[in-house]
This record gives sequence, C-alpha cells and structure tokens, in this order.
Amino acid sequence: MAVSDGVAKGPHFPYTVRVEPRLETSRWLAPLTSVGALIVALFIGGIVIQLGGGHPLKSYQHILKAAFGSVGVFNDTLVKATPLLLVGLACALAFRMRLWNIGAEGQFFMGAWGASAVVLMPLLSKETPQPIMLAGMLLAGFACGALWGLAPGYLKARFNVNEIVTTLMMNYIATSWTLYWVFGAWSEGGFQMSRMFPKNAWLPRLLDYARDVPAFRGLTLHLGILIGLLAALAVWFIVYRSKWGYEIRLIGDNPRAANYAGINIVRNTMLVMMLSGGLAGLAGMSEISGVVHRLQGAISPGYGFSGIIVAWLAKLNPLAVILVSILFGGLILAGREIQPSGVPRMLQGIILFCVIASDVLLRYRVRVVRRGE
Amino acid sequence: MPETSSAVSMHGIVKRFPGVLANDHVDFDLRRGEVHALLGENGAGKSTLMNILAGLYKPDAGTIHVEGRRVSFNSPRDAIAAGLGMVHQHFMLVPSQTVTENIILGLEEPRFFLNLTQLDRRVQALQEQYGLRVDPTAKIWQLSVGEQQRVEILKMLYRGACVLIMDEPTAVLTPQEVDELFVTLRGMVASGHSIVFISHKLDEVLAIANRITVLRGGRVTAAGLEAAAVGKPALAQLMVGREVVFTLQKPAAQLGPVVLELQDICAGSDRGLPALKGLSLQVHAGEIVGVAGVAGNGQSELAQVITGLRKCTCGRVLIHGEDIVNQPPRAAIARQVAHVPEDRTGVGSAPGLSVADNLIMKKYRNAPVATGWVLNQPVIRQQAQQLREEYDIAAPSVEVQARLLSGGNLQKAILAREMSAQPKIIVAMQPTRGLDVGAIEAVQRMLLQERSHGTAILLISEELEEVLSLSDRIVVIYEGEIMGEVRPEETTLEQLGLMMAGTKRDAAAIG
Amino acid sequence: MIDWIVILQAGVATGTVLLFATIGEILAERSGVLNLGIEGMMLIGAMTAYKTAVLLGQPWLGVALGMSAAGALSLLHALVAINLQADQVVSGLATNFVGIGLSLVLGEGLSKAGAISLLPSWTVPGLSAIPILGPILFTNHNVLVYVGYALTPAVWFYINRTRPGLHLRAVGEYPAAADALGINVYRLRYAYVFAGGTLAGLAGATISLAVAPGWFSELTTAGQGWIAIGLVIFAQWDPWRAMAGSYMFGALRRLILDLQGPQILLGLSNPFYFMPKLGFFLQMLPYALTIVILVIGSREALKKRLGAPAALGTPYVRGERGK
Repeated sequence: MAVSDGVAKGPHFPYTVRVEPRLETSRWLAPLTSVGALIVALFIGGIVIQLGGGHPLKSYQHILKAAFGSVGVFNDTLVKATPLLLVGLACALAFRMRLWNIGAEGQFFMGAWGASAVVLMPLLSKETPQPIMLAGMLLAGFACGALWGLAPGYLKARFNVNEIVTTLMMNYIATSWTLYWVFGAWSEGGFQMSRMFPKNAWLPRLLDYARDVPAFRGLTLHLGILIGLLAALAVWFIVYRSKWGYEIRLIGDNPRAANYAGINIVRNTMLVMMLSGGLAGLAGMSEISGVVHRLQGAISPGYGFSGIIVAWLAKLNPLAVILVSILFGGLILAGREIQPSGVPRMLQGIILFCVIASDVLLRYRVRVVRRGE
Repeated sequence: MPETSSAVSMHGIVKRFPGVLANDHVDFDLRRGEVHALLGENGAGKSTLMNILAGLYKPDAGTIHVEGRRVSFNSPRDAIAAGLGMVHQHFMLVPSQTVTENIILGLEEPRFFLNLTQLDRRVQALQEQYGLRVDPTAKIWQLSVGEQQRVEILKMLYRGACVLIMDEPTAVLTPQEVDELFVTLRGMVASGHSIVFISHKLDEVLAIANRITVLRGGRVTAAGLEAAAVGKPALAQLMVGREVVFTLQKPAAQLGPVVLELQDICAGSDRGLPALKGLSLQVHAGEIVGVAGVAGNGQSELAQVITGLRKCTCGRVLIHGEDIVNQPPRAAIARQVAHVPEDRTGVGSAPGLSVADNLIMKKYRNAPVATGWVLNQPVIRQQAQQLREEYDIAAPSVEVQARLLSGGNLQKAILAREMSAQPKIIVAMQPTRGLDVGAIEAVQRMLLQERSHGTAILLISEELEEVLSLSDRIVVIYEGEIMGEVRPEETTLEQLGLMMAGTKRDAAAIG
Repeated sequence: MIDWIVILQAGVATGTVLLFATIGEILAERSGVLNLGIEGMMLIGAMTAYKTAVLLGQPWLGVALGMSAAGALSLLHALVAINLQADQVVSGLATNFVGIGLSLVLGEGLSKAGAISLLPSWTVPGLSAIPILGPILFTNHNVLVYVGYALTPAVWFYINRTRPGLHLRAVGEYPAAADALGINVYRLRYAYVFAGGTLAGLAGATISLAVAPGWFSELTTAGQGWIAIGLVIFAQWDPWRAMAGSYMFGALRRLILDLQGPQILLGLSNPFYFMPKLGFFLQMLPYALTIVILVIGSREALKKRLGAPAALGTPYVRGERGK
C-alpha cells in the first residue's frame, strides 16, 4: 500500500495500465495477431483511400468481388497467387535462419531466364516431348535461382557480408542481365520481348482440358500451383520434422548456440540460400511457362518484395504461406484497377507495419490493474 | 520517524516482477560513515533492492529517505544527483571508449566541446586523492578486471557520490585484490562516505562490514546486525533458513587412465591478445580437476579450446590419446565431451526454441531422437519430460520457450542435457553461478556422482570454496599459464591467492 | 577521349546525393538503430521537394518539406523499432514500402510538369581557379554540393569531439551503461533516426531539384538508398570515408553514361556505342561495385576487429530480469 506522506492527493483514476512480459503463449495467438493486424491495416488503408477521395467500403467490396466473386475471378486470383506462394516460401525459409533474402525478385528473374534459355538458346530441341521440356525448364529455373542465391550466401558465410545489400544488388544485376537478352539476342523482331514459346514449353493449364471437362473452359490456372503446393509441403516437412530443419531453426534463434552444438553454420547458410533462391527461381519459371509464355522485361509486379510480406504475415509458417499468398493474389489482382498505382504497394507496407507492431503482443501482455495493487 | 544520522533509509519497499515478488516489504537503514552489508543468496532480492535505490527501478510501494529527506527517483540520474552511486556487478563500461570518456559519460558538463587532455588531468587528480590507480587514456577493453572496477568507483566519486553501493564487488578479484579493495573502502568510510556492500560471501561480509542485513526470499530475516556480535553459522542460517553444511562428503577418488590431456596449448583471445600461453594439464577418469583463477585469465579460452569453439596456434588436445585440436565442435561432441558453458543464454541455450528442443541439442543427430533425416517428435517429448522430472526443472511444460525459464532452471536444463548424454568428459564452467543454495547442492552432488561413475571432470570456477570442496586436484590459472597444482587438503587460501595473482607455486609455498 | 575532369566534377555533384543519405544512416546506426528504409525516405523527399517546387515555385521550401516528410516517415520506423522493439530489418523494409507507395500515390502525374525553378548553382571565386581541383570541386556546383562539403567535417567533429557525440557513441555501443548514467537511450535513438531520415530526404531533394531534376517514379532514386547502406559499411561508420565512397560512386555513374556515347576508347571505337545492348552490362556496374566494396569493408572489419557499433540492430530493453 502506498504510504501517505501527509500531502493530500487529488482523486485519481483507480486503474492503471501495465505492460509486462508475456509468460505463456497459446498456439492461436500468432495467427490471431496476424489476422488482427490485417484488419487494422485494411482500416488504415481505408482511411487513406478516403483521404484520397475514394470510398473505402466500396473499394473493399470491389476488391472482394474482383478477387473472389466468381470461379473465373478466383481462377485469376490463384494464378496470381502461384508465384507469390513460391516466393513466399523462399523468403520464409531464409528468414527462419535470419538470412534476409531480399533478392527473391532477382532470383525470380534468373529462374525465368534460365527456363527461357532452355527454350530459346535452345538447350532442348523444339521436338522435345512436353514433360521432358518442362522438366528441363524446371531444373534450369531452380538452378539459376539457386546460383543467384548462392552468391550472396557464400559471401555471407565466408566474409560475413551483409546479405540484405548483396541480395538487393543482385536484383538490379539480374534485371539488367535479363533485359540484355530480351533486347538483344532473343529479341523478337526488335521488340522488347522474346518470341513466343512453342506449345511444348507451356505448363499445362486447366483450359487445356476443356474438351473433356467443360467447366474448365477459360480457366488459366496452370501446373505451377501444384508445384507450389508440393513445395509448401516439402518446406513444412523440412523445417518442422527434419534434422536439417532443426539446425536451421537453431541457427536462426541463436547462432552461437548452434555453433556450440556442432552445427556447421557456413554450410547451412549456403544451402539455405541456394534452396531459397531455387524456390524463387521456380516462381520465375512457373510464371514464364504458365502465364506469359515468353521472356520479357515486365514479368513481375514486384513478386519478390510481396513475397517478403507474405512470409512475414504467415509468420514464416509454410502452410500459412499458402493462405496468405491466395489473399495477396486477390489483392494484387483487384488492385490493378485501383488508382493511383502506388496504392497496392503502400497498402502492403501498411500491412507489414501492422504485422510487426502486432508482434509486440506476442511478447508482452497489456493488463489493466487496480492501482496500489 | 527517519533517523537523522542515517544516510539512507528505506521503508516497506515492495517490488514485483512477472511471476515473482522480489522485495516483500523490505526495510533498510544505512548510517553515515558505516559499511553496511546486504547479505543473501542468489535471488534473495538484494540487487533488486539496491537497483531501486540507484534509480534503475521504481518500487511498487514503500518510501526512501536520503539524509532525512523523502526522495523519489525516476532515473539513475536522480539517484546520482542525490549522492547515491552504484558500482554494478557487471560493469557498465563502454569497451571501445577511454577511462576518462566513461567517467564523464552522462554528465552535464562539459557543455559541448570535449577537451580530453584537461579532463584526463582531472581524473588523474581524483585518482590520487583516493589511491585508485588507472591510466585515464586507456581504453576499457585494454584494462584488467580489477582496473575496470576502479574506473567504476571513480565514475561515482567523480559525480560526488557520498553513498557507494557495491554489488558483489569481489567476484572478480583475487584474495589480495580483495584486501586492497577493503583498504580502499575503509579509507573512503574514514573520509565520510557510506557504503552498502552486497554479497553472498559470509567471510568477506564478516571481514568488512560494520552492520549486516540479511535477505531471504525477498524478506528481511535480520536487520542491522552488528557484525562483531554475530557468527558465521548463525548468519548462514538466516541466509538460507536451515542448517547449512559447509563441507561436502566426498568419497575417495578412484582414478582411471588419463582421458583428457592438453599439451602446450597457445591460443588468442577475442581481442587478439594471447590468452593461453603454453598451457598443459591432464585429467584422469573419475577425478575432478578444479581450475581456480580470477576471471579473465584464460578460463573461457581453455574451455573453448577443448570443446572446439576456439582455434589454437599450437599445442595438442588429446581425448583418449587422440588429438582433436582445431577440429570443429562436432569432434568433441562425438567423443562424448560434455560442455556446460559459462554463458547460459548466449551460448548454452536457444531462448526462442522450446525446452524440449533445447534438450536435444547434442542428441538430435542420432537415434532414437532421429531416424535418418526425420526427427522423432514423440521420443523428443518423452525424453524431455523425463529429464524435466529427473532434474527438477520448473517449467509449465516442455513446449514453452526456453527464455521463460529462470536462470537456475535454465542451468538445470543445460546440466540435464549434458549429463544425460553419458559423457566421458565434462567441461563445466561456472556451473553453479546464479543458483540458489538448494540448486547448488544438487549440481555439486551431480558432479560428484558423475565422478564416481568414472567421468573425467574439468571444473572451472571462480568460487574458490566450490573448487576447494569438489576438486581432487586444483590447478591455478593466471594469464594463460598454470601457476601450479595443489591438493585441496594441503593448501591454504593464502597460497591459492598468491598463485591466482601470479606467483608460481614454489614461491607461494606454505611457510 | 574521356574527360576525367568532367567526370570527377559530375561525380562530386551526383555523389552528394549518396553523401547525404550515407551520413544520415551513419548517425542512425551509430546510435544503434538500423534503418533500411532510406530508399523510401529518399523517394518521398524527392517527390515532396519536386512537387513543392512545381506547385509553389519555391525550391528551398521544397527542400525543407522534403526533409520533413522523410523525417516523419522515419519516425514511424523509430516507433516500431525502438518502442515496440520489433525486428529492425523488417521494420525498415516496411518503411520502405510505405515510403515508395506513398511517393507513387502522391506523385501521380508529376513527371508531366513543366519547367520549374531549381536550386541555384554557384562557382566559388578564386578557389575555382585552382588547377584540377578548382573545376572539380568549386565550379558551377549546386549549392547543396557545398552543403555537403561543410556537413562532412561537421558531423565528424560532432561524433568524435563533442559531449553529445560521446553520448551518441555510448548509446550505440553499450546502451545499458548510458542508461545507468542517466542518458535517455530511447530519446537519443529517436533523435538520430529522425536525423537520418531528414538527411535521406535531403538526398532525395538533391536528386529532384539539383542533380537530376524531375520525377521518374521509382527510377528517381534507382536503388541509391540501398547503395548508401552498403557505403556505410564500407565507410566503417566514418563520415570522411563516406564522402570518398560517395564521390567515387557518383563518378562511376557519370563514367557509365559517357562510355555509352561516341568516344574513342584507348584508340579503339567505343564498343558500347556501337553495340548499345552492351549498355546493360554497364548499368550493372554500380550495383556490382557495391557488392565489391561490401566485401572489402567486411573483410577489413574482420581483420581489424572493428565493425559496427556493438549494439546495432538490437532493441534496448531496460532491466531484463534473470540470468
């Protein structure tokens, strides 16, 4: 009890708010905070839209319809979600080890380039049967992305070079590299794009089977989504059930303890960056082969960066990445029609901020207590 | 009614942290010109109480009076302004800055421009006044631990502190340096300062204090006892609440062959300076070799060299005759060398992972915890729960994050992990630091048990009492070299102290 | 032939952008806070400054507003990173997204603006007559370049020879010690993050009102914010080295441009002119060079046991219990 010192105190509010470290966390708290953060972010975004002269409620309704309103639109959402899923996995895996792979965009481009090289150089002849051609493209896409991730990974492992800056710089280099080929050796008639891929280099889409299944007419969803789902399962298994995943998690939590436990941090750094880059490379291959069917300068509306947010919102859980990537796929799809064009990017930033801010709730508890208790 | 001859007076102090009541209505009274010891075991609430006095924490309830005036501190600055200065157990010195820069840090003047030469001279003058020698232009990382402590004291004196709070000051000093410190403290008291001496070491408290207050479990069990009038057993009981046995019953050693041998090891420290200079030692199966020494003389590097965490520039590390020097940590782990590191949270555990995950840190590569590439979750959980019971680790479940464990329980978890792996060699560094007496006894019993199973144990500890009571042989390390080897029953504190301060064994002979 | 004087002169001019951004980040990082949102802050500074100049015809006001806008954005990062103790890397990235997004939104239609008043250029009488150094350093430079000349030694002096600079260093190295002595760690970190943000805004304004006037959406900054972060490591957190690195990069940019023109290189016809597609490889150079200087800087740090301020990137929590 507060000891009176004889000086009269005025009436005061009998309750006070106390912030203290949280001792136990329930399993539902993490997803709950993510969802809460999302709602708050949409709210803030609504305010910004309002300030810009729009109608937030109508805008959001429009987004919902434009993304999930019908089978056709949902199909498009899933198509947009496919690269996000793979890039999200790439980031989630790397971030688990506190390897800040900001270079997913560049690895995406290199994967697309690698897959294109198989078709355009060509590395496999035009007559190659589709499964083999696609397998070759997948391999090339993964390999190029993996190499693009390995370079900064090696620098980090050996010289402790900050991977944030190096992966980012590799983004710019990758774009320049791709543009060189698009404008130059592979350019179609002097235009800024390569020639269209032959049909055996296209990932099969639902509408390819429209003759047997009429419901599939017009649905552009391609095999990439399956690749993404399989990758998600694989990453989940690796991180949570395998010995390697344990090492990754331990390094991410406390590298000194990992070293003490005999884990080879150098090797793991390079392996994880390779796998992360490879996944992003697969995203590039999937987009090239499943959607665009050619190599051009504009193949990514910033998937590599959106992937970071997807990973963080999913709290680095590969299965949650699936859900979040669908959500963001819808946002990107619907957001194409929102003016001005910076809104989706800004919204992503706000969402990320809200998620980070909500992370506080995982570490601290806010309690209202009676004064003097 | 606060007494006017009291320098500081605390009444009814209450301080809560999540899950624990650190101070439970504590009263404390410091008279002017005295050395008042605050005694209690680890976790009793002594540091918390003094952190409140130093302005780092705010009490949930209670009052503080300084020189008869009621005060309330919102920050350490207020406390320092009121003349209270704290010398922390873990020094608050910026390693890359000089002595002078650290001493003037946080002060209002000089207003803007730093004239370091002038300030160096002022610091020099202050040193001479109190007899605390240290080079003002040296950078902190270049100083010895004892010198750093002097800087901390000077820091407070420079700010005009009348009351000095010393938190476990002797933990890092040799017995001789402790004597020097006591001389300094008595000198300061004679010139009008008052001192609070926080400690858990009974002998030192009885040697230096005028009065003693004992804390146990957050409560005062004895306030302001005259030191001359009380004896060690009584104090111990007040501290712990039950009869404390001062010596452990240790069966005779059953020695086996030499399992761990170091030959002429040279290694550098993190700073690049030589830390181990041609060090050699041997440990037999079934014996405990204690390494005594003041912190910072190469103990950390010694443990790291054996366990593969640090490279040697020369020498050999032989496990069962096999040289594993400079091989990665896996080599030592594969040869069943257990390592209880000195840094629990920074090296010995992963705070964000679950307790169960922490417990498998050394075992995850092999069956039954893992089959092939896959971890066996049910086995992990079951083994973790078993260890939790066996080693009495207080945790709501094995799935909670390790950072939620208290220091003592985390240490128990680490010991559980290391000892349950049936090691052949244990390198234990400060295994009982920060534990309460019950846990300390448990740990020491565990070590003795391992010893009787034929495990070779290298015990590196700054607690001389612990080294004396547990070891079969004691080696003293000083500046990276072994000063000598003695048997605990044949040596004295004085001889050990001399060796710890750099005298070789023969020169330090009992005479 | 390549005119090196012109290239170095242009290097100083363009490099001033990097100089401001890098010194701003040095201040923030010295206090212990990693600020990865510089790119977004620069962009918002550039956009705000340009928009003010277009709408109100007041370039200096544009500079001030640009700095304020970037500073405000940095406070967002400060709040999340310092008070909420969130991961500073992710917080910085989020700030980036918000900054870029906001700039694009509010900068709609700007690039089509007409001629605007820019900041004045100035030639120092007397000093500009010095051979070689005169034309490079003192001739026909934008006022902001001279600001850069003054800022570098001023910041160096501040950090190393003043009391507040001592506190700054302490807060970044060992905040617990500073806190125990009554220094308000949170307040100082906020202040220096804000300072870093305003300087990033100044860098942006330098682009859009002085060095490369105009508004080209994201291409306005073209990743210079990220290069600045790499430069901080290369500079080993020292303003003078930051200056050297910034000007070097500036010169490189100009060199790349020149190399794509009709030149005679070493007696041969310029391959880059005749095969313009090779220009893409030239464009890679600044980014590749950043990686190189990062490797150099990191190896130096490893060897000399130097490095970042010890507390960089770690949120400060007072009085953590238990050990």
